[in-house]
Amino acid sequence: MQAKKFIPLVAFVILAGLLFRGLSIDPTELPAARLGQFFPEFSQPELSTGRSISVEALALRPALVNVWATWCYSCRVEHPYLIALAQQGVPIYGLNYKDDSAKAREWLSQLGDPYQLNIVDVEGSVGLDLGVYGAPETYVLDADGVIAHRHVGVLNEEVFLRDFSPWFSLAASSGEARGGAELTESGARVE
Amino acid sequence: MVAVRAVILVLLYCSPWAVCNTWAVVETYDFSSPDLERRYHALSQELRCPKCQNQNIADSNAPIARDLRVVLFEQLEAGASDDEILAFMVARYGEFVRYRPGMDRNTVLLWAAPGLLLALGALGLFIHFRQRSAEVSTALTDSDKAEIERLLREPRV
Repeated sequence: MQAKKFIPLVAFVILAGLLFRGLSIDPTELPAARLGQFFPEFSQPELSTGRSISVEALALRPALVNVWATWCYSCRVEHPYLIALAQQGVPIYGLNYKDDSAKAREWLSQLGDPYQLNIVDVEGSVGLDLGVYGAPETYVLDADGVIAHRHVGVLNEEVFLRDFSPWFSLAASSGEARGGAELTESGARVE
Repeated sequence: MVAVRAVILVLLYCSPWAVCNTWAVVETYDFSSPDLERRYHALSQELRCPKCQNQNIADSNAPIARDLRVVLFEQLEAGASDDEILAFMVARYGEFVRYRPGMDRNTVLLWAAPGLLLALGALGLFIHFRQRSAEVSTALTDSDKAEIERLLREPRV
């Protein structure tokens, strides 16, 4: 009979625990369906050369595949960090997602080009096969060409050191990049 | 008179029950058969937009939802079955894209929850009523009745 008194308390504690857990879950971040699979086959033009490329062109591995577009504000925010990564020797492939190719070339000539090459995906078909639902998104291709990780939203040093270190070992750089990271933390993802 | 009728028609069309139809996405697809069109509507109601998460792809204006509608239309016209189309979407966007996800390790609790809660409620009611009927039956035992008799017969002072 005495135990009965505690039923509401136990129910409350369980519910509060579940709700508290819910606070730390980001509902906009979907599990990537393509994890553990090879990068999907494609045959698309390359942005600067115009030649047709396939998945074999993504030869340097492990590498990043960065989904970007000129209409995407957050891509502009993360762009300097991509350049910093490229300078540290991380191979980055671009997926120019549903973009105007002329504008994209202009962007790269003005802001710098961190990419080994860029897959032109005007229709978004490569993005669809990859499970992309906005930009920016960044994927890790491991040494075998398997999709090992996906990051949704702006890539910065904090995220990179936390989530990407199993594939790339970089020494943490100086504090100047940190300041940038805080700014990008709140950078809204734009569809 | 024609003008009045036009106004009434417009008002009717904009009445609350019509809003959800008229404000939803307007696109035109030429289906080769009415059956395909019916399946298109059913599937686009059931597929969830990965971007604006609490809308289906029929209602959403997000670019990704438009892309998925185009894919849906093309696959229907190419003769794909409902299961094939759903498998195509799930392979790319996960079970998340289905408003009726399949049964797997992650969704088993979701599917089982209504049954479990119903069983829990039934158990609670059962215990409650059993206790109450037990209390009622113990209210007057034979010794209680004897005691009442004794008290009633007691001479009043």
